[in-house]
Amino acid sequence: MTSTSVRRHKATGLVVLLAGLVTTGIGYAAVTSTAEASVPQASQGQLDQGHQIFLEGCATCHGLAAQGSSDGPSLIGVGAAAVDFQVSTGRMPLAAPDNQAPQKAVVYTADQISALAAYVASLGPGPSIPSASDVSTTDAELAEGGVLFRTNCAQCHNFAGRGGALSDGKYAPSMMNATPTQMYEAMLTGPQNMPVFNDKTMPPAQKQAIIKYIKNLQQAQAPGGLALGSYGPVTEGVFIWTAGIGALLAAAVWIGAKVR
Amino acid sequence: MSVIVKEVGRALGRADERLPVASGLKKNLRKVFPDHWSFMLGEIALYSFLILLLTGVYLTIFFKPSMTDVVYHGSYQPLVGVPMTEAYSSALGISFDVRGGLLIRQIHHWAALFFMAAMMVHMFRIFFTGAFRKPREFNWIIGGSMILIGLLEGFAGYSLPDDLLSGVGVRIVAGIVESIPIVGTYLLFFIFGGQYPGTDFIPRLYTFHVLLVPGILLASVGLHLVLVFYHKHTQYPGPGRTNENVVGFPLFPVYTAKAGGFFFVVFGVTVLISALVTINPIWAYGPYVPDQVTAGSQPDWYIGFVDGALRAFPSWESQFWGHTWSWNIFLPCVVLPGLMVTALLAYPFIESWVTGDTGEHHLLDRPRNAATRTSLGAMAIAFYGVLVINGANDIIAAAFNLSINQLTWFTRIGIFIIPPLVFLSTHRFCMGLQRRDRELLLHGRESGQILRLPHGEFIEIHTPISDDQKAVILSKRDIAPLAIPAATDQNGVATPGLAGKKIRAKLSGFFFQDNVARPSAAEIEAAHHHAHEVHDHEITELHEAGKQAPSQLTD
Ligand code: HEC
Ligand code: HEC
Ligand code: HEM
Repeated sequence: MTSTSVRRHKATGLVVLLAGLVTTGIGYAAVTSTAEASVPQASQGQLDQGHQIFLEGCATCHGLAAQGSSDGPSLIGVGAAAVDFQVSTGRMPLAAPDNQAPQKAVVYTADQISALAAYVASLGPGPSIPSASDVSTTDAELAEGGVLFRTNCAQCHNFAGRGGALSDGKYAPSMMNATPTQMYEAMLTGPQNMPVFNDKTMPPAQKQAIIKYIKNLQQAQAPGGLALGSYGPVTEGVFIWTAGIGALLAAAVWIGAKVR
Repeated sequence: MSVIVKEVGRALGRADERLPVASGLKKNLRKVFPDHWSFMLGEIALYSFLILLLTGVYLTIFFKPSMTDVVYHGSYQPLVGVPMTEAYSSALGISFDVRGGLLIRQIHHWAALFFMAAMMVHMFRIFFTGAFRKPREFNWIIGGSMILIGLLEGFAGYSLPDDLLSGVGVRIVAGIVESIPIVGTYLLFFIFGGQYPGTDFIPRLYTFHVLLVPGILLASVGLHLVLVFYHKHTQYPGPGRTNENVVGFPLFPVYTAKAGGFFFVVFGVTVLISALVTINPIWAYGPYVPDQVTAGSQPDWYIGFVDGALRAFPSWESQFWGHTWSWNIFLPCVVLPGLMVTALLAYPFIESWVTGDTGEHHLLDRPRNAATRTSLGAMAIAFYGVLVINGANDIIAAAFNLSINQLTWFTRIGIFIIPPLVFLSTHRFCMGLQRRDRELLLHGRESGQILRLPHGEFIEIHTPISDDQKAVILSKRDIAPLAIPAATDQNGVATPGLAGKKIRAKLSGFFFQDNVARPSAAEIEAAHHHAHEVHDHEITELHEAGKQAPSQLTD
């Protein structure tokens, strides 16, 4: 493995760590506003606003009546939760077709997102945006969340939620930036290659436990020191072959030169 | 002070009357060791091994090698109340509830990575300098076996804590054992004491890890060092160094002081890394449960090549005689590593058969002078490297936004293309260096000083190289490739074993192909003479008229 890849690996780890810390803070702030937006009864004004934004930003791909087109699936019945997840993580509006819609900078304000969500929800019944009490983790069991996480999520998102590769260039992203609402929505709607964990297969209490566990992962305490990105033995191997062996070779050369 | 010395001297004298302690010591302490930084690579491995022994003993005090089910109630909150095996629970205990436990665990594991990496780098040094040649072939075999045994030992250690990652590793190894035709299933039952995973595996692995294998390793290390001592150390070519002498420092005090100091450097670096950088965060993986798995389940790096081969291999399976034959596992995980290890261990014998060189060698080769060996080594490393990298294909895909499927294909094709390319480019590189050496001997070094001759031409002044450098370059020995045998001898009798002899001669020709012969003493003499002559000649000539400057000068 080249040393450039190492540096990038390590940098990724750091960035992810920092980003995790920063966004947890922001995430908490965001929870309250998104949760309020899930008030089921939307006003006509909000629906109109949502329709307007939809026509401008989404209809090219999803069709004028959200019925779908060759460039995007039908949104009828996907529910407010799907819209909120896709738009609040910056995945939608999609910039260009790719293996997978990447997270980007969010395009719309919280108000605009709730208007969009309300509009799409009005087209057909679907999961609504989870409320603040839905994503509350005060009663949840951390350790139970860990077990559920390892059973249901770790095979794609890795043991520490740092993400992993799927087939053909698709990937399960890192969860370090996700807000509790987005976590809940992701489980509820199963974006792209992620399975749907509906309330029958995974009751809300279990979702809350998982969210509690992920939040715990996001706090990123590493009792053992630098976590090297929490990617497992690969980064450890890269570390020993660069920094580790590098340091000892330097010492050997130094001692060897001393005696001359 | 002098009193102490006298007392010690008297004590030794008294001892010597009974056992030849002092005289034996004196002789051996005076033993000369040549010096070079690359001779310290083996020491890194040795010291890492000592660190492993020390920290391992500490771990045994607290580790419970048992697969009994318990419920965790230690101080790591995210696992409180979770059912797990006693092994995992006690490893968590070492990490969070034993004083210094986490540090010792991390030292133990980082030292294991160091141990394996250092053995490998040490082996590279031995290989590329030809230190494995007669009479040291047996020590090469011991060394190579230690890498293999170390690999097994590391795997056993990695599996002991029974966390999710190690459990997945054991599951894969169980699959590899099962893939062995005919005996696989029986072997699996034998190793696991019944169905996988059973409850016997961790206790068995523990005995293997803390007693059997360390014992074998310790004995091998001892034998290895005794042989180094017995054969005397090889040395790099240089002024006054021949195949018959050893030039260096006495074992005591110079070498011992240096080696002792280096032990503390290795120990210090290992502890520093272990204090700052996490390794194997078993708490984060959770306990092993057969229906769980995490993305990025990898073995430690030294087993990565097996994983890489497994990931790249096409999924061939056949059904006959009422059995499933899992070629997709058996070939990459058993046959391929087996062949790799065999080739490694047999190399010294193969080389001496091919070259017909049966002499003793105490003077090392400069890698460039054994160009084909060097290129074969580089090729082997490239082959191994491609497999290691493929073992990390999912991590690489995720980190660099690549497709796992494309990476797999890259490996499947690259494993056949990259190593030969590495062979060719290394060979060319060596040839370039050989040619440069010849130039240096014959014409000296380019001084960087440019001289403008009166008629306008520029020439570069060459200065002769130092005697030390000359001695190094002159160490090159040119061996003639074996001649292709004639089909019949003078009497018309067919040569016995002709085909084999022909193959051997062909291989020999391949081994020595393109060799740039070391100039003979006469050639060097002539070149120097010529240079002077030309020089004088040139000056006079140039005075005469604006004729062409002789071009031989820069040849
Ligand atoms: C460039 C085309 C494009 C644009 C513009 C676009 N989308 Fe999408 N959208 C897609 C595609 C393709 C998918 C399905 C694949 C995917 O998720 O990556 C999708 C999926 C979705 C989904 C998930 C559907 C499901 O089944 O869960 C939602 C919700 C969504 N889009 C909402 C929006 C909204 C709201 C906008 C406008 C702000 C928008 N999209 C703009 C192409 C587009
Ligand atoms: C089969 C693999 C798979 C499994 C299992 C899976 N996910 Fe995902 N997950 C994905 C993929 C793929 C995406 C990206 C979807 C996209 O880009 O639209 C994703 C996205 C997410 C996101 C959004 C991250 C962000 O910051 O945008 C969250 C949160 C998430 N998953 C949580 C979970 C949780 C919690 C579980 C377990 C209950 C889980 N996932 C199980 C594949 C998976
Ligand atoms: C070359 C020698 C050795 C190698 C390569 C090696 C490697 C390893 C590795 C990789 C682990 C996993 C550590 C972890 O939890 O992260 C381990 C665990 C362990 N090793 Fe060793 N080891 C060696 C020698 C020894 C010796 C000599 C002993 C004891 C005398 C020992 C005792 C242990 C114990 C008890 C554990 C489990 C404790 C735990 O995981 O917390 N090891 N070893």
